[in-house]
Amino acid sequence: MNRDLYGKLVFELSHTGRRAIKIDSNNCPEATPISASLMRNKPLNLPELDEPSIVRHYHNISTNNFGVDTGFYPLGSCTMKYNPRINEEIAGHPEFSGLHPYQPENTVQGALEMYYTLQCALSEIGGMSEFTLNPFAGAHGELTGLMIIRAYHDSRNDKKRTKVIVPDSAHGTNPASAAVAGLKVVEVKSRPDGTVDVDDLRPLLDDTVAAVMMTNPNTLGIFERNIPEIARLAHEAGALMYYDGANLNPMLGISRPGDMGFDVMHINLHKTFSTPHGGGGPGAGPVGVRKGLEKFLPDPRVIRNDDGSFSLTGCKDSLGAVSATLGNYTVLLRALSYILSLGQNGLMEAGALATLNANYVKECLRSSYMLPIDTVCKHEFVFDGLKDKTSGVTTLDVAKRLLDYGYHAPTIYFPLLFHESLMIEPTETESLDTLNEFIDVMQRIAEEAITDPDTVKSAPHNTPVGRPDDTAAALNPIVTYAQLIGNE
Amino acid sequence: MNQIFYSETHEYARIDGNIAYIGISDFAQHALGNVVYVDMPETDDDITAGEDFGAVESVKAASDLIAPVSGTVIETNEELIDNPRLINEDAMANWIIKVEMSNPSELENLMNESAYKEFCKNESH
Repeated sequence: MNRDLYGKLVFELSHTGRRAIKIDSNNCPEATPISASLMRNKPLNLPELDEPSIVRHYHNISTNNFGVDTGFYPLGSCTMKYNPRINEEIAGHPEFSGLHPYQPENTVQGALEMYYTLQCALSEIGGMSEFTLNPFAGAHGELTGLMIIRAYHDSRNDKKRTKVIVPDSAHGTNPASAAVAGLKVVEVKSRPDGTVDVDDLRPLLDDTVAAVMMTNPNTLGIFERNIPEIARLAHEAGALMYYDGANLNPMLGISRPGDMGFDVMHINLHKTFSTPHGGGGPGAGPVGVRKGLEKFLPDPRVIRNDDGSFSLTGCKDSLGAVSATLGNYTVLLRALSYILSLGQNGLMEAGALATLNANYVKECLRSSYMLPIDTVCKHEFVFDGLKDKTSGVTTLDVAKRLLDYGYHAPTIYFPLLFHESLMIEPTETESLDTLNEFIDVMQRIAEEAITDPDTVKSAPHNTPVGRPDDTAAALNPIVTYAQLIGNE
Repeated sequence: MNQIFYSETHEYARIDGNIAYIGISDFAQHALGNVVYVDMPETDDDITAGEDFGAVESVKAASDLIAPVSGTVIETNEELIDNPRLINEDAMANWIIKVEMSNPSELENLMNESAYKEFCKNESH
């Protein structure tokens, strides 16, 4: 690969007058003249290239990417599981992909049935009464869920409830969603074992609290055992319990948020249900509610009529629409494909294997990396950097060095409970060979940190981009070509 | 008298009479990494001990700033708006806000230099 040449920006490869195709102007009809006032006064700055250069340029860029199809991607709290190809096949069916979102209901009965079936499956998995599949992503789901909670309190004329309690181990989206929903965030501390401190929580609960938001297992991969007690206290105080479904994967088919006392929850289909993730495709953040809260769900809802047909419906108590149509529809299709492919037993096995894989990796690496909370984890776990920190090699250095060995880095510096957090989530989709290979590399890096720290501190050495200046990038982001050449 | 007090959330208050210069400790700037943004209150705003008065954003994380003492903001360090890295260069010299204390007895709840040093030792394992 010639990264020096084709890895340049497409504008840098441009030569005036160069063309990929030649249009025969003889057969073109005369264009209707455009009024001079609407004409540009200088030509568009478009790159001019031959076709092979265009193809090589974009093909080279595509090889700079890293995804679950490239290799192991142990990004903690992100559940980067394999995206099965059958999902793509199903989502690509013209019967689905050729639909228009505003087609008459009687022409899209199959599509509505798919929505209804997935909604029912998620309700069963979450222990909820009904799900909306309309939110476009996890954070969008959180916002929708909190809006449902607000709508519930408002409907009771209980307007004092302006606070949301969030543990200090929570994903950053929790306080962000609460703030966007117009609620104030109150933090509750973790105990040394990483779970929420019920004694710290109790005095925070009063008639100004709208909801307690929790993730279970939490971001340390630890199962919150006191949820029933927390739910009892929250409900006694008149607050609702919100379940962040980011870490639902290990609980699939084993325990249900609804049974633990949660009232509202969201699920990240792009995590637990194997749909493409992040830059690989749009997400989906369905939101479920317990019995009694259905009427607050966003419009439209898909209902099944007595005659077996399906319709879109709205409700006067609904918080309104959160998306123009039925969410990221083809993402929903992929999730249903996954659920039906695995079936009940398969889903139960997925969660158990995710837990087994995480514990296996943790136990194999604890001799080289600092394990701050020594317990059986669920789907993920957190190290606090290297065990031997004398050479000054940090978590950032370890993560950068992993890139040299062809792995995506784990989540680093999150959760904020430790200074050198390194959060690993292998998921159930990795083979024992892949896990062993990764464990070897992690041990090798720990050895390198002692024998050859400079190599680790200056890593990565084998990637097209090494260490960007994070600070300068945050202070002075250059995001357009015009900025780069100083022509804003 | 120019005494320095520290909170458990790593803010310091450097005391000059009834004035407190409030910033984040050297330990905190080191743990945060390069600071890219400082969110500060405005002059004349009141701050309350134990409540947040702004935030520091670094390449690693965003952290709330918790007021070590209560009072009224009489000046903010405008230099930090364009050059937040000053906090990494010298956290103790580059205070964030200057506060007229309303209840100097709150200083008794804070740590002195040697107690804070001991506290940080335990924080970093």
